[in-house]
Amino acid sequence: MTIRKHVKLGLSALALSVSLNAMAAEDPIKVGILHSLSGTMAISETVLKDTVEMLIEKQNAEGGVLGRQLEAVVVDPASNWPLFAEKARELLAQEKVDVIFGNWTSVSRKSVLPVVEELNGLLFYPVQYEGEESSENVFYTGAAPNQQAIPAVNYLMNNIGVERWVLAGTDYVYPRTTNKILETYLMDQGVAKEDIMINYTPFGHSDWQNIVSDIKRFGSAGKKTAVVSTINGDANVPFYRELGNQGISASDIPVVAFSVGEQELSGIDTGPLVGHLAAWNYFMSVDSDANYDFIDQWIEHTGNDEAVTNDPMEAHYIGFNMYIEAVKKAGTTDVDAVKDAIIGVTVPNLTGGYAAMMPNHHITKPVLIGEIQDNGQFSVVWETPSTVAGDAWSDYLPGSRDMVADWRKPLFCGTFNTKTGSCGASAGQMAAAAE
Amino acid sequence: MSIIRSLTLLLIALVSVLSLPAAAQEDDPGRQLLIDLAEAPASNVEEAINAIVSSGDPRARGWLEAYGNNRLSRVKNTGQVVVVLNNRGRDWEIANPLTGENMGDMSRRELDRVAINNAIRGQLEGILAMLDLSATDPDVREASAQDMMGKVNASLVEPLEARLELEESARVRNRIEEALAIYRVGEGNLEGVDVLAGSLHPRARAALNDAVRGDDPALATKAQQALGTIEQKLKLNRAAETLYFGLSLGSVLVLAAIGLAITFGVMGVINMAHGELIMLGAYTTWGMQQLLPGQPGLALILSIPAGFLVAATAGIIIERSVIQFLKGRPLETLLATFGISLILQQLVRTVISPQNRTVVTPEWMSGSLVINDALSLTLNRLYVLAFALIVFAALMMIMRRTRLGLEVRAVTQNRNMARSMGIRATRVDIMTFALGSGVAGLAGVALSQLTNVGPNLGQNYIIDSFMVVVFGGVGNLWGTLIAGLSLGTINQLLEPWAGAVLAKIIVLVFIILFIQKRPRGLFPQKGRAAEG
Repeated sequence: MTIRKHVKLGLSALALSVSLNAMAAEDPIKVGILHSLSGTMAISETVLKDTVEMLIEKQNAEGGVLGRQLEAVVVDPASNWPLFAEKARELLAQEKVDVIFGNWTSVSRKSVLPVVEELNGLLFYPVQYEGEESSENVFYTGAAPNQQAIPAVNYLMNNIGVERWVLAGTDYVYPRTTNKILETYLMDQGVAKEDIMINYTPFGHSDWQNIVSDIKRFGSAGKKTAVVSTINGDANVPFYRELGNQGISASDIPVVAFSVGEQELSGIDTGPLVGHLAAWNYFMSVDSDANYDFIDQWIEHTGNDEAVTNDPMEAHYIGFNMYIEAVKKAGTTDVDAVKDAIIGVTVPNLTGGYAAMMPNHHITKPVLIGEIQDNGQFSVVWETPSTVAGDAWSDYLPGSRDMVADWRKPLFCGTFNTKTGSCGASAGQMAAAAE
Repeated sequence: MSIIRSLTLLLIALVSVLSLPAAAQEDDPGRQLLIDLAEAPASNVEEAINAIVSSGDPRARGWLEAYGNNRLSRVKNTGQVVVVLNNRGRDWEIANPLTGENMGDMSRRELDRVAINNAIRGQLEGILAMLDLSATDPDVREASAQDMMGKVNASLVEPLEARLELEESARVRNRIEEALAIYRVGEGNLEGVDVLAGSLHPRARAALNDAVRGDDPALATKAQQALGTIEQKLKLNRAAETLYFGLSLGSVLVLAAIGLAITFGVMGVINMAHGELIMLGAYTTWGMQQLLPGQPGLALILSIPAGFLVAATAGIIIERSVIQFLKGRPLETLLATFGISLILQQLVRTVISPQNRTVVTPEWMSGSLVINDALSLTLNRLYVLAFALIVFAALMMIMRRTRLGLEVRAVTQNRNMARSMGIRATRVDIMTFALGSGVAGLAGVALSQLTNVGPNLGQNYIIDSFMVVVFGGVGNLWGTLIAGLSLGTINQLLEPWAGAVLAKIIVLVFIILFIQKRPRGLFPQKGRAAEG
């Protein structure tokens, strides 16, 4: 009798799971897109929404994944940081999405963190950021400082012979942290304190006369000078315009920017900027077939012959493909299974190489230095010989030196302190506490 | 055997010379020079460039320019070096560098760019400048001599000295001497210091600073003295520069605020959509440039009346549809116009694009007016400064000397009295609001030359505009002018030592304190109008 009961139970469980599976096969995989379509950040984020939609279309045309189609769920957090958290909650709790692609600014990511950790979601974050974070639920497909800032500074130091540094940035967390890391790094390399000038400006700053003239003065001290710019998107246009008008050319004082991409350049007359630099992990001008195919697809998707592609778009391309691979590997869209399966997944990037997901939820990327050309594109002048793995915790900040993130068992921790041997609070808890 | 080979080669060469012109290209020495340049590893590029220069080929200049502008590419499967005429989009228009013949479009996938970087570009600029030194126009010669500053190397010294012998223009001679002196100071030459002692050029200072840090004590002391004299001269220039920066920022503030001085100051309407009217003016400029491609200057001039009309029309619509119903209810007006500002922003985002639009700066507005090596006034800002003053003067004229101005003043002083005198107050309201909005549109046209043209343009100026109007004294146009210019100057004076963020805060705190002391601003309105 007991055996029969067991068999019965087993059978009904089997039936249930079969019917569930059958149901699941009908249901599409829901992909949440959390990018601002209105407000200040719409300028950068709308293209990322379009990118994910394009990738979903393509995946569906190829038959979806696990026999299921994908469906985009688009919400608009309207460049409003607290609204990001609300919209993330809506996506996870009401829409029950399987994965989210979203965010641009670090503030918005910090606002979303507690929510995705609480509701155990998956978030792919595609923008270069200041590091110092690794969450169980977030995959950082943009560059960490060691994948952008440090190699760029090395290039300037070793290939151009720069000895005097202007660190100019917009006044918020990403530039401040990046500049702190760079300052420590430069001083470690033997640069004197008086050879580093740090300058912050408010968001959307448009009057650059004084600062540019300061930079000019700072640069006439006899040592080769360069500007490392973490100036945010919009403010760059008047900044570069002022540089051009005050006659600072790239061969006098080169500017290397971490936030200026093809998108930003499409708003400027690039004539006077030729030769200034940017450091990214992808440029639209990269000579690879994967890239040309991607551009063709993008132009077809947008219907705009002059549409440009940029680095965060490539990050979404990589993140999306990694997710698909992980789902295939796990055989399910179950969050914990995917989280487990995705570590070690390797997919092609657009620069002709491969990107692998590291245990700290960052990926490997090549670092490219490009010079601005007169057509609003960058030409690659230098690249790292091999890909660089993203470092969640910088080696150049006092508190973070001893921290390690590893989301494999047994460690399974984003804030493991190798000195004390203990695991700290999660990224979401820290973000919540900071608020 | 080698003799036989040379002979065959010679034969082939002879045959190809005699055969078709297309084949003659095969033999063109330029072809090999360009391939050598394209194939040279970074360390040998200089040699390849020198080979091109010393070939004496008349086409050399064009090739080097194309190379410097990133316009040399190789066709991947044939290895031919081509000049890219148009490098926008997926298909590039290419030409044969040897014959100049247009080869049509070729997919970017088929082309491999000939790499260049800043270091090489710097050398190339020096070489091109050297070639330009023999131009007939002394201005071109002076400009190229200026380009040589800091770029002189051992190989350029001799040709430069030779050039100096021939040069007639004193200005050009001075430049060449300075360029040579910079090189010589770098080599430890004492006389070079004397030449540089009077120079304000940053490169000259850089060379002297280098010498001060150098090993030669005699040179260091001398360079230090020279720097001292230069520093004295620079101080004065710096003061003038800061003043100019201040006035220029001030003129932007005045332009942005002056329309508000009318709608808010004179009419008393708190118009939060003022910034978006500025944005409309800027977008009009962009639209005009789209309509008149290739003529950015003309488009900009035509945008002045067009921007005024577009913004004024928008103003009339806002006034008729919303503001007239909220007369005397400032809080509701504030909220309603704030809503309008959001609607306008999103409208632009949806209809045009969330991306910024490129507004081209016409040739005559780019660059700067060079007073001396240390002081140059950027032209676009100079024009904006002049434009702000003209707009202000015109507005003053309208308010003081025209019937409209008289009526506006009458209506704002005592609405009922004015109406009983036969003034159509409603019409005056519309006209005033249209005027204020139109002036905001003008500000937009000017700002399109200084900042981003995007949906957020207006937002960045609305706070500043209110600040200027309140500080200057509500209802007083002169107050707006003085307030704008002085706030701009204070801001720029503070910026060098306080930083941009802190400078803004200090200015804001200063205004708050000032308003505590004098609630009606710098130039308060007097008389009964002020009480009402």
